[in-house]
Amino acid sequence: MSVLVDEDTRVVVQGITGGEGKFHTEQMIEYGTNVVAGAVPGKGGQEVAGVPVYDTVAKAAREEDANASVVFVPPAFAGDALFEALDAPLDLVVAITEGVPTQDMSRVKRKLDEEPDTYLIGPNCPGLITPDVAKLGILPGNIFSSGDVGLISRSGTLTYQVVDNLTQRGIGQTTAIGIGGDPIIGTSFVDALELFEEDPDTKAVVMCGEIGGEDEEEAAAYIAENMDTPVAGFIAGRTAPPGKRMGHAGAIVSGSGTGTAESKITALENAGVPVGDTPEEVASNVEDLL
Amino acid sequence: MRLHEFQAKEVFADAGLPTPAASLAGTVEEAVAAAEDIGYPVAIKAQVHVGGRGKAGGIKLVENEAEAREAAEAIIGMDLKGYTVSRVLVEEAVDFVNELYVGVTMDRGEGRPVAMVSTKGGVDIESVAEETPEAIAQEHIDPAFGMHPFQARKAVYDAGVDPALARDVAGVLQTLYDIWEDTDGSDAEINPLMVTADDEVVAADAVLNVDSDALFRHPELAELQEEGEFNESELEQKADEYGFDYVRLDGNVGIIGNGAGLVMTTLDLVDYYGGSPANFLDVGGGAKAERIANALDMVFSDENVDSVVFNIFGGITRGDEVAKGINQALEQFDEIPKPVVVRLAGTNWEEGMEILNEDLVTVEKTLEDAVQRAVDYAQEVEA
Repeated sequence: MSVLVDEDTRVVVQGITGGEGKFHTEQMIEYGTNVVAGAVPGKGGQEVAGVPVYDTVAKAAREEDANASVVFVPPAFAGDALFEALDAPLDLVVAITEGVPTQDMSRVKRKLDEEPDTYLIGPNCPGLITPDVAKLGILPGNIFSSGDVGLISRSGTLTYQVVDNLTQRGIGQTTAIGIGGDPIIGTSFVDALELFEEDPDTKAVVMCGEIGGEDEEEAAAYIAENMDTPVAGFIAGRTAPPGKRMGHAGAIVSGSGTGTAESKITALENAGVPVGDTPEEVASNVEDLL
Repeated sequence: MRLHEFQAKEVFADAGLPTPAASLAGTVEEAVAAAEDIGYPVAIKAQVHVGGRGKAGGIKLVENEAEAREAAEAIIGMDLKGYTVSRVLVEEAVDFVNELYVGVTMDRGEGRPVAMVSTKGGVDIESVAEETPEAIAQEHIDPAFGMHPFQARKAVYDAGVDPALARDVAGVLQTLYDIWEDTDGSDAEINPLMVTADDEVVAADAVLNVDSDALFRHPELAELQEEGEFNESELEQKADEYGFDYVRLDGNVGIIGNGAGLVMTTLDLVDYYGGSPANFLDVGGGAKAERIANALDMVFSDENVDSVVFNIFGGITRGDEVAKGINQALEQFDEIPKPVVVRLAGTNWEEGMEILNEDLVTVEKTLEDAVQRAVDYAQEVEA
C-alpha cells in the first residue's frame, strides 16, 4: 500500500516538450510510471518519449484517461498550468516548477479549496514516489526502496540524505513526498500526515521540516491530537540568521522571530516526536519507533 | 526585492496616495537646496535598507539652513548598521496630531493576503503585534475577488480609528491593497500614516517589498533594483553574477552543497560538531563542472574561510560533473589555498569518485564524517 500514487496512477506531463519535461518523462517511464500523455499548447499531435501530446490537459485526460499530472511549465506560465490541471479535473497534480510568483499560488490555493478531492503537491518540489511502483517528479528512483515508512519533506536533497540513512538500516518507504519549499504550497505537512495515518501499511512517518512559516507547529498539534502512527522529525536551519532567505523562498526566519527552528523543534518534541540532531540520528529514531 | 522609501513613495503617489513633498539628494548642497525649495521644517532621511533608521541617527528634523547643512553632513556618508548612506530624502515635515498604521501582506499560513490597520502607528509594528495583538485589526482578503470596499471599512472601524477619519483611512487601505496586488507585493506598509490637525492623512513613510519571482512581469520595478541595491558586499555581488543562493555568515567553515534543505543541514551539522559556518551556498540542481568550479572560487575568495566542506547528494546533479568541477577549480593552484573535504552520494557518485583527484581533496563517505573533518581542519588553522 501507499498514499497518493499507486499502480492506477495515469500521468499527463504538462510541459513535456521542454528539456526538463522530456528528460524526466523518460526517467519516470523507465522507473515504471504509467505516463499516458503530454500536454503543451500548440504541440498537439506530436509524440515525446513514445507518449502522445495534446493541446490541452482536459483533452489529454479525456483521451488517455489520465488522473494525475506532473508540471514542468516555466514559472511565468505555471500558475495558469495549475489552474488548467485543477479544471480538468485530476486527482493529483505535482508542480515541480521553482519560482512561481506567490500571488499566483495564493489564487491557485484558493481554487484548490474548491476541489477537496484533488491533491496538489508543490510547487518547488521534487515530487513523490511509491518505491518499485511509480514516481511523479525528479527524484532519483534508485535510492528508494519499498518498505513501511512514510516520508514527508520540504526539501529534495535532504529527502535523499534521510532515505540514504534509512537504507543503511534496511528501512524502506511506503511513499515519500517532497511537499516543496515555497511559502504557499498545495499539500501541507498536516494533509500528508493525515494520508499516512490512514494508510494501514505505513508503520512510522518521518517529517523533515525547515525554518519559515508555522506548518511544522501545526503538524505537531495535529500529531498530538490525531495520530496513532509514530512520527520522527528533523528540522533544518538551526543556524540560519533572521531575515535571510536560505535558498527556498519559504525558508526564512522573520525579523519578529517566527519560523525559528527552535520553535518547531520544541513543538514537535512536546507532541512526542523525537527530533534528531543529525540525519543519522533521525534514522536511528525511526528504527526505535518501528 | 525591497524598494527604498523614496521609490515606494513614488509608486504610492502615482497611485494617488497622499505623500509629503520631497526630493532626493546625493550631496549636502543638493540636500540644502531641496530643503530651501520645500520650506522648513523638513525631515532629512537616510535611504538605506535598514529598520529603525530614526533611532540609529539616520533621520533628522531641521528648522533652518544651518541645521539642514549639519544634518546632511552627518547623514550622507554615515555608516548605518553596516550600510553606507549615499542618498537622503529631504521631505516636508508633517505637523501631525496622531499616527496610524496600515499594511497589506501575505499570510502564508492561510495562503491569502491580509490587510491590517492599527491606531498604534509610528512604532515598530512587530512589537505591537507581539505585545498587544488586539490593537491590530486584520481582514483576510479572498484573492479571487480582491479587497471589497466593505472590508477596508471593517478593518478601519475594528481598529477603532476616529470615525471622522474612517472614510479617508479606508480609502488609503483600499489603494494600498490595489498597489500590493498590482506590483506583486509581498509587503506594503504605511507606518506612520500621519493625521494632521485638520484631519488630513499623509503617508510619512512607505514600505513596498515585491516578490522577486514576479519581477519578470514588472520590468519598471526590476529596473529600480539595479538603482537601489548599491550596498551589496563584494561576495554577494559575485554570488549574484554566478547565480548562486548565497548567504554570508561569520564563521570559518565554508559550505557548498546542492538543495536548500541539505545545505542548511550541513550548516547545522558544522555547528553541531563544534565549528562555525562561514556561508550558505546552494549550487542548485543539475550543476555542471563550471558551476561547481565557480562555487569553490566564491568560497575561496572569502578571507574568513579556513576549510571547505563540499556535500553533494545527486538527484539531477551528477557526481561525475561535480568531480570534474572540483578538479578544474583545484588543479590551477600550485598549492591548495584551503583544505577541501568532499562527500559525494547519489547519482553517478562512483563515476565521480573515479574522476576526483584525491591528491587535492580529502574524501569522506558520510555527511557526518565530512563535516567533522572540515571542522577539524578549520580548528587546526585557527590554532
